[in-house]
Parts: sequence; structure tokens; C-alpha cells
Amino acid sequence: MNATAAASAAPSAAASTVLAVNNIEVIYDHVILVLKGVSLTVPEGGIVALLGANGAGKSTTLKAISNLLAAERGDVTKGSIEFRGTRVDKLTANELVRMGVCQVMEGRHCFQHLTVEENLLTGAFTRKQSRGELAAALESVYHYFPRLKQRRASQSGYTSGGEQQMTAIGRALMARPTMILLDEPSMGLAPQIVEEIFGIVQDLNRKERVSFLLAEQNTMVALRFAHYGYILENGRVVMDGEASDLSTNEDVKEFYLGLSTAGRKSFRDVKHYRRRKRWLA
Amino acid sequence: MAFFIETLIGGLLSGVMYALVALGFVLIYKASGVFNFAQGALVFFAAATFVGLLETGLPFWLAIVATLAAMVVVGLATERFVLRPLVNQPQITLFMVTIGLTFFLEGLTQMIWGSQPRALDIGIEDVPVEWLIERFNISVSRFDVFAASVALVLFAVLAVFFQKTRIGRALRAVADDHQAAMSIGIPLQQIWGIVWAAAGFVALVAGIMWGARNGVQFALTFTALKALPVLILGGFESIPGAILGGLIIGAIEKLAEVYVGPMFGGGIESWVAYIVALMFLLVRPEGLFGEKHIDRV
Repeated sequence: MNATAAASAAPSAAASTVLAVNNIEVIYDHVILVLKGVSLTVPEGGIVALLGANGAGKSTTLKAISNLLAAERGDVTKGSIEFRGTRVDKLTANELVRMGVCQVMEGRHCFQHLTVEENLLTGAFTRKQSRGELAAALESVYHYFPRLKQRRASQSGYTSGGEQQMTAIGRALMARPTMILLDEPSMGLAPQIVEEIFGIVQDLNRKERVSFLLAEQNTMVALRFAHYGYILENGRVVMDGEASDLSTNEDVKEFYLGLSTAGRKSFRDVKHYRRRKRWLA
Repeated sequence: MAFFIETLIGGLLSGVMYALVALGFVLIYKASGVFNFAQGALVFFAAATFVGLLETGLPFWLAIVATLAAMVVVGLATERFVLRPLVNQPQITLFMVTIGLTFFLEGLTQMIWGSQPRALDIGIEDVPVEWLIERFNISVSRFDVFAASVALVLFAVLAVFFQKTRIGRALRAVADDHQAAMSIGIPLQQIWGIVWAAAGFVALVAGIMWGARNGVQFALTFTALKALPVLILGGFESIPGAILGGLIIGAIEKLAEVYVGPMFGGGIESWVAYIVALMFLLVRPEGLFGEKHIDRV
């Protein structure tokens, strides 16, 4: 069911595809094969969720796209990544940010000794703008995150986890991206804050037309806000489909949402997904 | 009492000179986490180049500009050819490489400019400021006051640069978190290039001041060792720390020499700073202004 849905959705969306990842393979330290042929697309103005358990390769996929892998001795060895039709897999992170792709890293990674406002200002590094434009950009971030305005002068290391996540997203926004790679925004946050942050993501998506690729372990929340989802297992995409289809899929419910109609199951009956497609290598 | 104040002021002023060298360490350590052992060699290189150029008959200001250009080139080259290939290597590797760089720079300097000590005259005499003698009967060297003023201007410029400018903010961001800085498009290599060039500039100022005071000679490289206790006291990441650390070390050295020295038969000025640093390490290892590690639980 999902396979057909994906197949029919893909060609029609191709015209307005922002990001296309084609069968990439990632190797860390020349020996550890982490991604074994991942393909996905993000349509213009879409929120696409990348789901899966710990170690499935979600963060690696995002870092492969944003070209932050080199800093961790990772390397894209096969496949290609296209942003608006241009190959971007050999660019530096700096060039990619200039093109409009920005990553918000897992674990927030705020500049702890800088104030919240300074954090935001560093986000505008790639944009040489006048003082007035900078102030306007700040204001628009504060518009989405009013809480940051209150805490603008605090050292970000001393703000709460939710505020740090907001700072990280706001900082990325300062670069005026058209596509944000958001890695695990719900990590370690209270459900209420998670809700608030996803609400803002949805807002940004609707009002500013920012496309999102979202890596999440919190499948339930992610599928509620995303339009489309991919499920990664062991470095492969094992399933993809419209978010609404995924969230009603029995297997997804059982494996990722902890919902099952059949009650408790024995491990003997647990299903394993094999990869769906075999690529010509 | 006048004697005490005179010693104290003398100490504080020489402390500023230590701070000047310590500042070069802080710049590089802050932005790249590298403890640049070669800072002393940079000071020596700067001073020797400056004097050498003056001797060829170049006017004062032109010599400064030319030396500055040379320092920037050395800084950028260090980043490009030494540190960039070693990115992501362990701290100790980077530290070792700066030791290697020290010997390379020392050799290079002596190869180009020879190894004989030379005097550097910048036109400020080492004589007491007259009105201080008349008013308060304390004698303070004019040269020391001048050097301290230059250093203070330099500190102020750097403080504004770090706090208020786009590049300065980026430098602090890189110092905090390399990966996050990359993720928002700050090019690390460019930033490190800038930092090394800035450290070269600071080395030039330190080299001129120290060279004018003690002569331009190989011993200038040892200013790096003098900066160590200052750094331990003030914290490796803090510019205000480097200044305050310098002042404290300078004052302690002079006061200890005068008041405690006789108990040991004198000559404690050269090592008392290290004892203080050692005690400080036991009590407050991050230094007075070192960045506290912010941990969330």
C-alpha cells in the first residue's frame, strides 16, 4: 500500500522538489558503513519526517545533506544529493547555508557562553546586511519565539532546554533558509514544550514557506505535524508514505507507536523489514 | 609608603607587558582550542623583523606596516599549511605541532636576521615621569607608562572587536562549538586564519614593547614562559583574565622580590610567579575568568 502511494506521489512532486537524496551511502572512518543506499525527496513547502530508532541513520542522513559529516570523519561514498536541481554533495557547509539549507543539530548546540541574542546574530553570519535589516530579522525571529525576546540577554547555556531548542531554530532562521534540516527537536523536552516547538515549525512552514526535513524518534508527534514520512532501519529506508497513512499502518503502530490490537506478542512473531528496493550498484 | 606604591606600580606596569604576550595565547586558544606554544617565537620573529627592517633604512611607520604584513602572512600560512591538514586531530597533536612551529620560527628568524642581539629604539626613554616625582615623590618609568597605554588601547580594541562585530561574534561562536558554527555557515578555516593573523598582530605589539625594553634577542621567545603563570591565573579563554592575571603576576613578582626576597637571599622574582600559579592550579584550575563548563543535568 505504501509502496504504491510513494510511487504515485513521487513523479507528480518531482517538479517542485526542493531536496532530492539519491541512494547515498555513508561510511565513517573508512570502515563503518552507516547508510546503505538512502533515497528521499522533500517537496517545496513540505514537512518530511525521517523516523526510526536510535542508530538507524537519521542524523547521518541529515549531516550528509548539510555536509557536516567531514567533521566526524564521515564520507558520502555513493549516490548524489540535489538541492533545487543542483548537485550539492561536494559543497562546504558554508556554501550550502548561502544556498538556503541550514541544519539545526541534535542536542541543540547553542553557543553556551553567548547570550541568546548573540546566538541569533551569529546565525546571520553568511548574510552581510545592514544594521537595520539585522534588527528586522531579529524582530521576525522574536515574533515566532516571543520567549526568546524575554531571555535575549541571558547566557544561552543557562536557559532551559526548550529555550535552547528555540534559540537553535531561531539562529538557523537568521540565515534565511528555504530548507531547514531539523534533528531531533523533541529530545529531552517536556511534552508541552515539544508541542509548542512543533507548532512553531508548522507556523514557519505555512507562513514563511520553509521546507523541513525532520529527524525524530518521537514518531507520534512527528507524524501528526509532518506531511510525509520515511522510516529508516539499519541505514535503509524500509517504508515511506503520507504521514496519515503511516500513522494508521498496523506495523508502524506496533513498532513505533507501541499500539497493537493483538495485545502482547512473543518475540518469535516479530517482523523484520527487508529493504524494499534493490539498486543497481 | 611611597616606596611600596612605587614597587606596586612598577609591578603592575610590567604585568601589563606579560598580559600582552598572554593575550596572543588567549586569542588562539579561545577560537581553536589550540595551546599555541609558538606565541613566544612569534614575538621574537616580529621584533627581529621590525628591527631588521628599520636597519635597512625603512621609516618607522613603513616598517611597522611591513612587519604587520609579514605577521599576517605567517599567521595565515600556519593555519593553511600546519593546522588545516591536522583538523580533527587530538589536542596533544596540535600542541606538539606548535612546539615544532616554535623551533621552525626561531630558526627562520635567525636565518634571516642573524642571531646577534640588537637594540630597538622607539623614541621613548626609560626615565622617571617627572611630575610624579614632584607631586608624590614616586618614580615611575616613562617607558613603562607608554607600554601600558599601548597595551590598554590594544585590549580595548580587541574587546570591542569580540563583543560588537560580526567576525568577533563568529570567533566566539567557533570557540564555543565548532560543529554548531559550521552548521550555520561559519567557515572555520577562514575564522582560524583571522585568529592567527590577529595573534601575529598582538605578537608584533608585544615584540616591539619587549624588544625596546630588553633588546631584540633570542631571549624574547621566553616571554612565552612568562605568560604561562598569567594564563593559569587569568584563565586560558579570557581576555580580561589575561589582563588581570598579568597585573597580579607583575605586582606579586615585584612586591615579593622587595619584601620576601631578602629572606631567600634575593632573586625570587624569576620563579615566584610559577609558585603562585601552582597554588592557583590546586585551588581554582579554570583560572579567575576561565570559562566555566556549563553542564545541564
